[in-house]
Amino acid sequence: MKAFLAKPTVQKIVAALLSIFFGLIFGFLILLVASLLREKASYPFDAFYTIFTGGLRYTGLRGFGIILRFISPILLTGLSVGFAFKTGLFNIGASGQFVAGGFTAAYIAIKWTFIPLEYLWIVALLGAVLVGGIVGMISGLLKAYRNVNEVISSIMLNYIAMITVSNLISVIKDANNPSRTQPPLARIPTLGLDKIFGSNTADMGIFIAIAVALLIYVVLEKTTFGYELKACGYNRNAARYAGINDRLGITLSMTIAGALSGLGGALVYISAITKVFDSLLVLAPEGFDGISVALLGMSNPLGIIFSASFIAILKGAGPSLARSGFNDEVVKIMTAVIIYASAFSLIFREKLGALINRKGTKS
Amino acid sequence: MNILDTLFFLVKNMIPYMIPLTIVALGGMFSERSGIVNIALEGIMVFGASFGIFYIYFLPNLFPPQITLLIALVIALISGMVFSLLHAYASINLKANQTISGTALNLFALAFHDFMARLITPNAVEGVRFENAFRIVKVPLLGDIPLIGDLLFKDVYITTYLGIVILIVASFVLYKTRFGLRLRACGEHPQAADSVGIKVNRMRYAGVLISGALAGLGGLVLVVPSTVEYTGTVSGYGFLALAVLIFGQWKPTKIFLAAAFFGLMQVIANSSGLSFFTALGINKYFYQIVPFLTTLIVLTFTSSKSAAPKAAGEPYDPGKR
Repeated sequence: MKAFLAKPTVQKIVAALLSIFFGLIFGFLILLVASLLREKASYPFDAFYTIFTGGLRYTGLRGFGIILRFISPILLTGLSVGFAFKTGLFNIGASGQFVAGGFTAAYIAIKWTFIPLEYLWIVALLGAVLVGGIVGMISGLLKAYRNVNEVISSIMLNYIAMITVSNLISVIKDANNPSRTQPPLARIPTLGLDKIFGSNTADMGIFIAIAVALLIYVVLEKTTFGYELKACGYNRNAARYAGINDRLGITLSMTIAGALSGLGGALVYISAITKVFDSLLVLAPEGFDGISVALLGMSNPLGIIFSASFIAILKGAGPSLARSGFNDEVVKIMTAVIIYASAFSLIFREKLGALINRKGTKS
Repeated sequence: MNILDTLFFLVKNMIPYMIPLTIVALGGMFSERSGIVNIALEGIMVFGASFGIFYIYFLPNLFPPQITLLIALVIALISGMVFSLLHAYASINLKANQTISGTALNLFALAFHDFMARLITPNAVEGVRFENAFRIVKVPLLGDIPLIGDLLFKDVYITTYLGIVILIVASFVLYKTRFGLRLRACGEHPQAADSVGIKVNRMRYAGVLISGALAGLGGLVLVVPSTVEYTGTVSGYGFLALAVLIFGQWKPTKIFLAAAFFGLMQVIANSSGLSFFTALGINKYFYQIVPFLTTLIVLTFTSSKSAAPKAAGEPYDPGKR
């Protein structure tokens, strides 16, 4: 038992669970306070129950399918942010990379009709990866060669991407509603998942997302390339001394991070759900969810699969919360508290380690 | 509109943007100079502005307008400071990752505003409407000075003068007081500062709290002149303030000039319909991305010789020499 608890992985998981625990407690307190202050919101227990089950408002497989469709985009933006974290960079620009990729995919899936329809979705995905990667690469190049803080540059790129996409909508606009884009001609295959889970829910995107997560895990943990990128993150100068091209490493890290977010965008905008772009200037929330997912999953691709599922369940509950008189900001507050608590994971782990050792000496 | 009028228009209209940017970037300066990176400026702005606006919403006519605004500003300042305590505690006492803690504060503030606004507004909406009675049409006497009177003493808010006072006080505190010297030492080499008896953690708390106070204040300063319905967003100005801080090389005067530059870019972005600009025949799209694109370009050419405080972002470890 002691040996089990002393494992770093186990301690990390315990720390993450503690963070979630704090977030849930705080969320419940918020619900209680709100129920006292507002008569419409008078069922805190009901609301709290809804937060876990609300995503499953369609019981059984249908509900599960709906959760799956929320998971894949934030799993990829989470991987994007997490990958950058592992290599010492903070990719707060997932939102911009996400819309850039998503729009590219939608554009290809509407305009590139010279490609046979059954292969078009693959080309659209590749296009999204490419354009998302280019957006990320801009931040990477600026960081590597001009020492520009990647947080600032990627935030600026978020706004630039958002405004650019909003202005490009006219290129593939819907004939009936010029402020929106047409639905794509080709979509990601559903592999029969629509029959299992009911229509308009899951498609192959979830498998793509999980496969990419596994791939990123292997790259980061089992290859020299991944090791070099992580070395640049730990200590850029030491990495250079060891013969690693640190500038190339930083550029590639951000490029890969951008490509992952771009793919995430494609998984939304050419998926089974009919989501299209509109001209409203709003930053894509999936990019910011990616930050929460990555932090909660401690930037580990395998952890991110679980944290993405968890955050997707919470997000799925948002709309149903209104039934008890609350809104989805309760969920957002809970997420924020979980992230804040997860910043303490180092202290949690130290305390846990000390506790285990003390117990060990006593017995 | 001739060129002189256009110039006057630009300068006059950039004031409501450059003043809050200056205030918030100065806040960021105190935090980073003490050694703590404060990425939560955006969230603290939202948080401070929320409480300031809530006060104006509930008690708009208790005092004369200017007094009401001053009270709201004090409330914004205090609430920003209290909120920043969370960041200080996480990054100083618990040695947490400062980026993560800051991100959590940003996420929290946005959601918290929506939550509070829904509690207090009759229709449970996110937008809080308020009566803006705070504009000073003309300052007596001073408003009669040609040009300068039009520029600084007509159609202004007291926040403009407040921003200038804060700029002067901030440069004085940073460079001419014992506190400022000690604060800077903690951001450059905390171990050395500690060795001569400076309480590093205490100085860092001071830095973060000042940044919280100024960011909270700056949030309200940005919101009051620019809207009559606050929806819990400062549209990226907290992050823009970080860019101003970097462009301004962590120095008060340069921060002021950097803020003026970004203010000008924002006005250009808003003025694409002006006859002077339509005559140039540039696409509207270009104006929309101007503030963000120029930020990128400016940072590309100014970041390589970074004057960032050496220890900023690192938790203080007394054992490290």
